[in-house]
Amino acid sequence: MPRIPIGDAVESGIQFLLDRLGGLFDVVSAALTRLVDTVYAILVAPHPLLLIAVLSAVAWFAGRRLPLVVFTVLAFLLVASMQLWVQTMQTLAVVIVAAVIAVAIGVPLGVWAASSGRASVITRPVLDFMQTLPVFVYLIPAVFLFGIGVVPGVVATTVFAVPPAVRLTELGIRQVDSEVVEAAVAFGSRPRQVLREVQLPLALPSIMAGVNQVIMMALSMVVIAGMVGAQGLGAVVVQGITQLDIGSGFEGGLAVVILAIYLDRVTAALGSGGFKRRRAQGGGTVDLALPKQVADVS
Amino acid sequence: MIEAENLTKVYGIPRDRAVPLLRRADREDAVRNAGGFLAADGVSLSVSPGEIFVIMGLSGSGKSTVLRMLNRLVEPTDGSLRIDGLDVSAMSQDELRPLRNRRINMVFQHFALLPHRTIRENAAYGLKIRQVPAKERLERADQALRRVGLERWRDSRPHELSGGMKQRVGLARALATDAEILLMDEPFSALDPLIRRDMQELLLQLQAADQRTIVFVTHDLNEAMRIGDRIMVMRDGHVVQCGTGTEIISSPANEYVSEFIADVDRSRVLTAANVLRTPLVTARPDESPGDVLQRLENAEMNGVFVLDGADRVLGVATDEALARALRDGAATLDSCLVGDCHTVPPDLPIVEFCDLAGRHTVPIAVVDDDMRLLGVAPKAAILAALAAPRKVGHA
Repeated sequence: MPRIPIGDAVESGIQFLLDRLGGLFDVVSAALTRLVDTVYAILVAPHPLLLIAVLSAVAWFAGRRLPLVVFTVLAFLLVASMQLWVQTMQTLAVVIVAAVIAVAIGVPLGVWAASSGRASVITRPVLDFMQTLPVFVYLIPAVFLFGIGVVPGVVATTVFAVPPAVRLTELGIRQVDSEVVEAAVAFGSRPRQVLREVQLPLALPSIMAGVNQVIMMALSMVVIAGMVGAQGLGAVVVQGITQLDIGSGFEGGLAVVILAIYLDRVTAALGSGGFKRRRAQGGGTVDLALPKQVADVS
Repeated sequence: MIEAENLTKVYGIPRDRAVPLLRRADREDAVRNAGGFLAADGVSLSVSPGEIFVIMGLSGSGKSTVLRMLNRLVEPTDGSLRIDGLDVSAMSQDELRPLRNRRINMVFQHFALLPHRTIRENAAYGLKIRQVPAKERLERADQALRRVGLERWRDSRPHELSGGMKQRVGLARALATDAEILLMDEPFSALDPLIRRDMQELLLQLQAADQRTIVFVTHDLNEAMRIGDRIMVMRDGHVVQCGTGTEIISSPANEYVSEFIADVDRSRVLTAANVLRTPLVTARPDESPGDVLQRLENAEMNGVFVLDGADRVLGVATDEALARALRDGAATLDSCLVGDCHTVPPDLPIVEFCDLAGRHTVPIAVVDDDMRLLGVAPKAAILAALAAPRKVGHA
């Protein structure tokens, strides 16, 4: 069996990118650093107690459930008392940036994948590849391309988080009642109008489930991003592991869990809440008996 | 005016490969062997303005495919389609959109409403696509909702409505655009029988006022008979028979159609005109009772219609009255005339008058608007018409 030099090809490919497009990567790197820094600056600008109030308000408006608000207040107070507030906000900034980028890439890709069978066939193996390739395998090239620090973490996190956005957007659009889509076309809608008026709104719960998954994926990546120099809870955990400091490692892990539960519950509530609330407004059962005087039509 | 010729749809193989196969004599087998499916095979139809044209068939007969080829939701593989003289089969997508928006609208089996929009917004959908300003389109939507009796519900959302009400919204959505052609894809099939009847009634009322051109798909022959001016029966992509309900019931084209119509309520489809017979005996008022009685005796009848010079029914003379007049020496029939009979117009369904058959000494009289006698509907003829033809191959 002759050896096919795939590894060599990838290596020279990365080298090629570095040689020819090094400038571009520097620009992307600078832009991402700026973005994360900005988000971080916004998050740490107010006093932690004020931000906890804001996070609690977001939790309340997302689901209108008191337990979630109580959890938010207590859990983030705990984070502050563990002296992990800064690191948690650094992590949150990375998660927010990576999730926004992943959604911005994933949702349009999902729309495209839903548009034709061929597009779906093309995207599926690529997504499988992105999701199952061991993270370190592309974390290391990312370090080569973008250098040590927060950026390879953001990039690796984004790559890891895009697939659920694509998959759930495609699924959501494909699950839209074909008759409703047909009706929109039968009334003369353009493809773009069908997408905007029918497919995206009806796929929204599924797309929001995708966003939820994106955030969870992103969060699960931040610890690993800590290994390549991204600051935040990942760094705390990595430090705990390398110094065999069980206590601080656990505290860092606990803060990750708190952040994860908060983000998951809030985005899940946003996804399902939209429909539930509307349903509740209508209220009650419907009087099936219709007035008979529909006869006076002529 | 819809004129479709030789509309053919092949699923499963690309058009450029399918068309040559269709030119062959054994096209059905050729398409199947190539891995395709012939959903509609050479369907021609023409629908006049103001007509309700029903396409009827069981599932898989190709009826929905044919309907969707009329607005090219399904792209015909072959054939030509003209609507009001416009060659629709040659139109580009850009030309099709205004056609669909302004001239051909559609009502769907499962209503196909937008769940996240209110009833009003749903009814206004076609106008929104047409970029009618919000105020005007909502006003027109309200008008359409009023016509279907739903204005009270205009701010509700579809999930709050029952099936029948949802389909009223579907109907209002099509009415609001003022399109002259309405394609209806089994619109009432998902509804309860009672609601279905109400909806058929509503459709007929709207149609009486608007005179739209309607192509209506159903698998329910009773529904087809009730609302259709003409019915096209389809099976396996072919047209089996096309004609009025009465034509189909009185002379089914083949075994398949006869099987189909076996369950139809014939008394609602057949009318007085279908059981019309020439009366064996009639009389003029100036005839002598003796002559008329003689004729009655020969025909073994107990009564006779007395007609004036223009064949208008003046009354009935029974044999007893004639015998009395003969005894009294009357010269004319004037003294024996009684109103003891029942008259019906020729388009009245049999169900409306069959209970009266045999009540009187004379058969039921079928008359025109001027009371002129067109013929009689004897009890035997009514019973013969109502008796379903025997199903062959069944015990």
